[in-house]
Order: sequence, then structure tokens, then C-alpha cells
Amino acid sequence: MRVIIVGAGDVGKSIAGNLEHSHDVVVIDQDERVVEDLTYSHDVLAIQGDGTTLETLQEASVERADLVIACTDSDESNIVICGAAKTATDGFTIARVRRRTLLETWEGSQGGFDVDFMVCTDLLTAQTIFRISGLPAAQDVDAFIGGLVQMAEFEIDADSPIASQTIREADRYDSLTFAAVFRDDEMIVATGDTVIESGDYVVVIGSDESVRNFAADLTTHGRENSDEIVIVGASEIGFQAAREFENHGYHPRLVERDADRARAAAESLPGTTVLESDATDIEFLEREHVDEANIVIAALGSDEKNLLVSLLARRLGVDRTVAVIENLAYAELFETVGVDVAVNPREETAEEIVRFTRTTRTEKVAMLEHDRAEVIEIEAKLDSDLTGQTIQDSMADLPDGVVVGAISRGGDIVTPRGTTVIKPGDHLVLFVDSNVLDAVIEAI
Amino acid sequence: MRRYLRVDWRAGLSLVGTLLALLSLAFVVPIVVALAYGGTDLGIFVVSMVLTAGFGLALRRLDPEPMPGAREAFFVVAFTWLFAAVFGAIPYVLAGNGTVAYPVNALFESMSGFTTTGATVMGDISFDTHSRAIMMWRQVTQWLGGMGIIVLAVAVLSQMAVGGAQLMEAEAPGPGISKLTPHIAETARVLWIAYIGFTAFLMALLYLLSVAAPGLAPEMDLYNAIAHGFSTLPTGGFSTEARSIEAFSPAVQWLIVPFMFIAGVNFVLWWHVISGDPRELLRDNEFRFYLGAVSLFSLAGTVILFFDASLQTAATGQIGGHLERSLRYAVFQITSLTNSTGYANMDFDAWGHSAKALLLFVMFIGGSTGSTGGGIKILRWLVILKSLRREVFTTIHPEAVRPVRMNGQPLDEDAIRGIYAFTLLFLGLFFIGFLLLSADASRLAEFNPHTLDLLTASIATLGNIGPGFGVVGPMGNYNGFPVTSKLLMVVYMWIGRLEIFPVLVLLTAAYWRS
Repeated sequence: MRVIIVGAGDVGKSIAGNLEHSHDVVVIDQDERVVEDLTYSHDVLAIQGDGTTLETLQEASVERADLVIACTDSDESNIVICGAAKTATDGFTIARVRRRTLLETWEGSQGGFDVDFMVCTDLLTAQTIFRISGLPAAQDVDAFIGGLVQMAEFEIDADSPIASQTIREADRYDSLTFAAVFRDDEMIVATGDTVIESGDYVVVIGSDESVRNFAADLTTHGRENSDEIVIVGASEIGFQAAREFENHGYHPRLVERDADRARAAAESLPGTTVLESDATDIEFLEREHVDEANIVIAALGSDEKNLLVSLLARRLGVDRTVAVIENLAYAELFETVGVDVAVNPREETAEEIVRFTRTTRTEKVAMLEHDRAEVIEIEAKLDSDLTGQTIQDSMADLPDGVVVGAISRGGDIVTPRGTTVIKPGDHLVLFVDSNVLDAVIEAI
Repeated sequence: MRRYLRVDWRAGLSLVGTLLALLSLAFVVPIVVALAYGGTDLGIFVVSMVLTAGFGLALRRLDPEPMPGAREAFFVVAFTWLFAAVFGAIPYVLAGNGTVAYPVNALFESMSGFTTTGATVMGDISFDTHSRAIMMWRQVTQWLGGMGIIVLAVAVLSQMAVGGAQLMEAEAPGPGISKLTPHIAETARVLWIAYIGFTAFLMALLYLLSVAAPGLAPEMDLYNAIAHGFSTLPTGGFSTEARSIEAFSPAVQWLIVPFMFIAGVNFVLWWHVISGDPRELLRDNEFRFYLGAVSLFSLAGTVILFFDASLQTAATGQIGGHLERSLRYAVFQITSLTNSTGYANMDFDAWGHSAKALLLFVMFIGGSTGSTGGGIKILRWLVILKSLRREVFTTIHPEAVRPVRMNGQPLDEDAIRGIYAFTLLFLGLFFIGFLLLSADASRLAEFNPHTLDLLTASIATLGNIGPGFGVVGPMGNYNGFPVTSKLLMVVYMWIGRLEIFPVLVLLTAAYWRS
């Protein structure tokens, strides 16, 4: 597949890195230096130019492109790029935007602006923050099959009920499948004999309810509902996260230092208490009893500030801290020093976009541990290697590193075990090791 | 002292002249009534009409093509209302009957009419002293003033299209107007159509009741149906009967209650209801607060009257312990005084202390924004209550940023400040009025009102309500006051109707200079 990416910012590079091995990727950027860097660092064709002009697009052979991804920093440019590309190709166009209102207009118009798919980075990030906050102890959460199935990653403590058990022993949760275990830098695809050790991260896939029950079982302290939510920073992500919580009946608190932004946020968020203060002011945090909050979400403009706020909250005794991290390289470091969950906007955007590059149209993609593995949602085809035989048999045909996490058949959830037979039309949620991803997708 | 005026007073006066000429057409109503009832006072109204139209047209000659700006809006509005009252007083003087024939009294009666106050200086309200044409003119002035002379002019005169919004804003009760349509003239028309519709509907219902069930409405006839239609919807309060609505049967009183209530609601909301979107009305914060306040105080009034065993008057009979009567008198009076109508269906001066205290309390509420009611207005109280609640919250959480919302929309802090300023000014003027009326009243040896009477006289004129307690009670009148007091009350009614600021700015040097 020929993919043109316009805008080699963080998102653009991230997508390019994801696609460079299996597709012909052309990246367009205005900055000469960025283009030069890309040429050496990625296996892509990098072109310098203005992506909104047809001339530049033609230079990238837009007429042969199957997919055009516009992810520059400007919303308007991205939409214009899609419009320009559509004049030359029938390929699929994707625009990344920041403003939610544009997304809403696009959704209302069913493919307006010549954009076939629109991704709102900040909204996606906000939604991820909300999902993670809803599950205690979860590191990563994604919903599949319209919310019927959840994938979640949990950290296992020494006093956890499944610590030091084999997967076979731990497999006592109704309609829940253990997919994999991440231990230090190692990824172990779950088999019955795998032992779960404390400090491991386990990936589970199952019905919404079962994942919730599992999460509740893991949390030793009894608080179930996270109703005391503090969001620091009325950045676009912070603002959207507050709105996400509001829409689900919560009353979050939003701390913003800038008076005008605080006022603007307060005007648009009737269910949120907006506080105008510096979130690093300890006196203020104590006066507002932020220490009693269940979750503190750091969504300030910079990674360093988010780290500071998270550590401060930790110190005060907050149960969980979620930080927005723009720089992927920091994410792991942050989680080591004490941030419970680091959410990366670029990864969220890449997840949304790369699914359009698969030959088998995947309904949804979630990346785990910085794309070490993916959880994908697909529909079982008649001619697929998976259908018509038991999972045990089909696993033998497929490369190692695949786990069937959940099956949805006509709206009901079927727990996949070795003897389950997959039928055509089933919706599958698969855990796949990134190394074998292309081979697996080929086979199914 | 700068020599040059920065206000284009010629253009302003020219526009006032146009409005007066338009207003002179209103004399057609008493002329028709005079013709219908044997021609009494016919000549008076023809002369008044000619005088008004002539003066208006003469003013127009000051500036054949007036281009009034934002500043002239205050001038135009203030003087239009003043001149309307002056020319509306001419028939009372020319007719020469009763106490109202004295020029100051005539001006008081006319201003009371146009501002929909309903305070009267007529010593004897009966057709023995006054012709039917004069009494109808009194009602017509209220109806014209209710929705507003400027709004009417904007609706019918194409000349007012530019700058009309500013003029309407200076005249319309309540903070800010909401344009319903791109053209301001159409918005004005919409408001007047809703207003005319409700007026005609009430007139028709009153008349039909008198025809279909004469037993239920013995005193009602076509003349009274029209007269009371003219003064209910503008929250006026004038009646052709000396004993106001008490003269009519309970059925008529009950019929008037919902229309009094309607008059106190923003007419923009009625337009939404008429055009098929009643949810707009039910969602509106101000309407809900108005409905809630009237219901709550009516209920409290009913309870107080019901348990006041000694409450009875010759006209009403025993009220205490009688549920329908307690309910009827409480609901009617609370509705009437809350939104500044000023009708009375009994002499509420006979009520006990607690019930009268309740009435005095509701006099300070007023009607809704965009209604025909006067006073401080529901919206302002609602904003004040909400911002006070915020004040309490921010005392606990000093960093909290909490906009005050109205119908879900955040309000500008400047608007809130303006609302506080208006309310404080209104209350200040009320107390100053009370002081001045008290001081002035002590000059006349034979005039001995109680303190409470003077207090209510001040709020009843400034809030465009009409009746108060004691000498200015619903069955009394304002004739006993000294001339100076009457002139003060004329000014109070005038500035009360225009919500103070349009008149107040004319008194500042900054307005006239640059």
C-alpha cells in the first residue's frame, strides 16, 4: 500500500515508523532539516514541500496513493491537504485535528471536507484518560466491539491474589482471557504454564464486566469508584478530559493557573469546579484536600511539569496519578519514578490511524508497551485460517505470539478456549506480537 | 465650560416629533368611544389629537432627515415618554371634570397611565363625573405604554430600522433585548403581535363570559371587557370601576389572574410558545423562578388569610376559614403586586400585618425581562441570588472560578456588576423617595398618612405598581399629596418605567459634552 504522510511532527513520525516496514511510505514536510533527518532515520521517502499544494502532492505521486494522512500542526491545513489530495486520487484520506468542533462538524456531515476519517488527538487522549481512570490499577485500557470487550493491562503486586500463580490457576475469572505478561523487557505470550510474578504487567481481554471485576479483585484497598478526580491544567487535553468525566456524571476539579483560560474552561464546563491556582502550590493543594483525591491527572503543557505535579500528588498521598507525556522516550522513565500511568497522545493517534493500512480491514487497533504487541479487532472471514476449526488447531498453523482474547458472536460474548470453534462472521479480539503481525494478518 | 454640545438634539427632537405624531393616532380609540356614547367629550379628543400631531410634526421640521446615534437614543426615549405623558394629559384638563382636571393631577394621571403604574388621583372614579371616552383614554394610555411606544414605532416605522435596537434597549424593561429576527422591526412586530393577541383574547373571553353566562359576570359588558383588556396585559392596573376588580364576580377575577401572570412573562418566550416551541418557555430560568415565586407567595398568602379568623369586609364577607376566598384573594393580590399590575379584588389594606408584609415584600420583585411589568425584575434577583451563592462558595474555595449561568449560558461579569448597580440605585431611590415624600407630607396639616403609606407610595410609583397601603391603598388615591410630592412621583414613575439609567445619563455633564 502506498501511504503519504503530510507533516512529520511527532504523530507523523510515529505513524511512519509503524508503517515503514510493510508499506511504501512517503513523508512530506516543510522543514528541510526534518526531511533530511527522516531520510536517514526511517526507511521512507521524505519530500520537502507544502502539502497543501497539488504540486508537492504530485511529486509524492499522490495519484497512486491508497492512503493520505494529514497530520501537520494546523487543523485547517490538514483539511485542505485532504481536499487537495482528493482532487488527484480516490485514496482514503485521514485528517488529524485538535479542535473538537471540527470533528463534530465532520461527524455531522458524514464525510465532509473530503476527509474520509478524522482523528481528534486531544479527544482521543482524553477518552483514554477517562477509560484508564475508570479501572483501578489499570495501565492501559481500550474498548473493542463497541465497548462490549475491554483490553486492559495491569501491574501485579506481591499481595495480589494472582501473584505467583500459573495462568491455568489464575484463569478463574468468568469470560476473561490472559493474553500476555510483560516482565522487565521481556514479552511472554501466555500459556497455561506461565507463572505470574509480582512486578509483572499482565494483559487481559474479556467482557467489560469481567475486566471490571478483575480490576476490583486486584485492588487491595477498597475504593471502587474514582469520584474524587483532580485534573491539573486546562490544556485542550485537560479540558476534554474534564468534559469526558462530566459527560459520564462525574464532577471533576480542574486546576488552571491562567485566569483567562480558567474562566473559559469554567464557562464551558458547568459540572466541573475550576480552580485558578498554581498546582505546585502545596498550601493550595492541602487547602483543597487534593491529597484525598482518587486520581490526579496531570495535563499541563510540558512533560516536566506533568512529572512534577504527579510526584507532588504522590507525595501528598493521592492513590493514582495519570500524566500526559508528549515525549515517548520519557514515558518509561516517568513510570519508574512514580507516575502510575503515562498517556501518550501520539500513540493514541497512531492507534487510530494505522488500522486503515491493514489489508484485512481491522476495526480497531490498540498498541501495547510502545508497540511491542498489538490488540486488534477483526471479523472472521470464511477463507481465514482461523475459521472452521478449534482454536487449538488453528494456533498450530499460525506463528507463535497470537492469542484469541475474545469472540463476539451476534452480540454475545463467547469465551475462547482451546476447543472453541470460530465461525465466519464472528468478531475477534486478538493479541498479536508485533514481530509476527504481518504474517498473522496475511493468514487471517 | 465647553461651548459645543456633543448631542445632536435637533435630530433627537425630530425623532421625538415623529413618535408623537404616531402616538396621536391613539386618540382614535376615545373618539370612537365618544361617538358610541352620544358624543360627550368628542371635541376634546379631536383637539388633543390635532395638538399632539401638530406639535409632533412641528418638531420634525427641526431636522428633516434625523440620523440619531447611540447617544441620542437616551434623549429620544426619555423625551418621548415625557412628551407622551404631557400630551396624554390634555384631555383630562380640557374635560375639566373632577380632581384630575388640575394640570399637575392630569400629568400625574397621564404619566401613571403610560408607565403602566396605575396610581390614580381621580377622587371619584365613576361615569357620573367622567365620560366613558375619558375613562377609556385612561385605559388606552396603559396599553400603549405596556409594550412600549418605541417598540411600537420600530415595528411600524421603516425610518426606525437603523438605531432601533439601541432605542428599544433603552426603553425595554430588563437588561438587554434579544433579537429574534435579523431585522429589528420584525422583532418589534413579533412582540406587538403577541401582545395584541393576548389582549384581544382576554377581551373576547371577558365579553363571551358576560354574554354566555350573565349570572357569572353581572357587571361585565363590552365596554368593561375592552377597558380591562387594555389594562391587564400591560400590567397597568387602572380600572373603570371605583372598587377595581372587586366590582366583578369571582369568575371574572379568576379569569383575569392567568392574564396578569402572562403579562409578567417575557413576551419573547410567548412568541416561542405561539410559534410552536413551548419547551423554550419551560426551560427558561427566569420563567421558572417567576412561576415559583408567585406560587410560593400565593400559597403563603392563602395560608395566612385562611387562618386569620377576623378577616372580613363588607364587600367580601368572611374570608378566614373560607378556602376559595382565601385562595382567590391571595393568588390575585400576590400576582397583581409581584409583577406590578396593581389591580385589587378587595381592599387588601384590611389584611393583617403578616399578610401585608408579604405584599410589601413582593412589590420589590417586579416582572420579567421583556415583559410589560416594572420594578427590579425577576432576572436581576435571580442573578443576584446566584452570584451570592457563588460568593459563599468562593469564600470556602478562594481559587474557584465559577461563572454565573443563566439558561446554561455564562453571564459576563460586567453584566452582573450592572445588575448590582441598578438594584442598589433602585433601592436607594426608593428610600430617598420615601424621605422626600415624608418631609413633604408634613407640610400639609390636613394630610396625615402613616409611615407605611409613604413607604408604599415610594415603591408603588418607582416600581410602576400603583396602589400601596393606607391613603394610597387600592380603594384610595394619591390626590391628598402636595403638588411637589405629585411632581416627584411623576418623575419616579417616568424613571421607573425607563429603568433609571436612560434618564439619569441625561443629567450628567459627560453626556452632553464629549
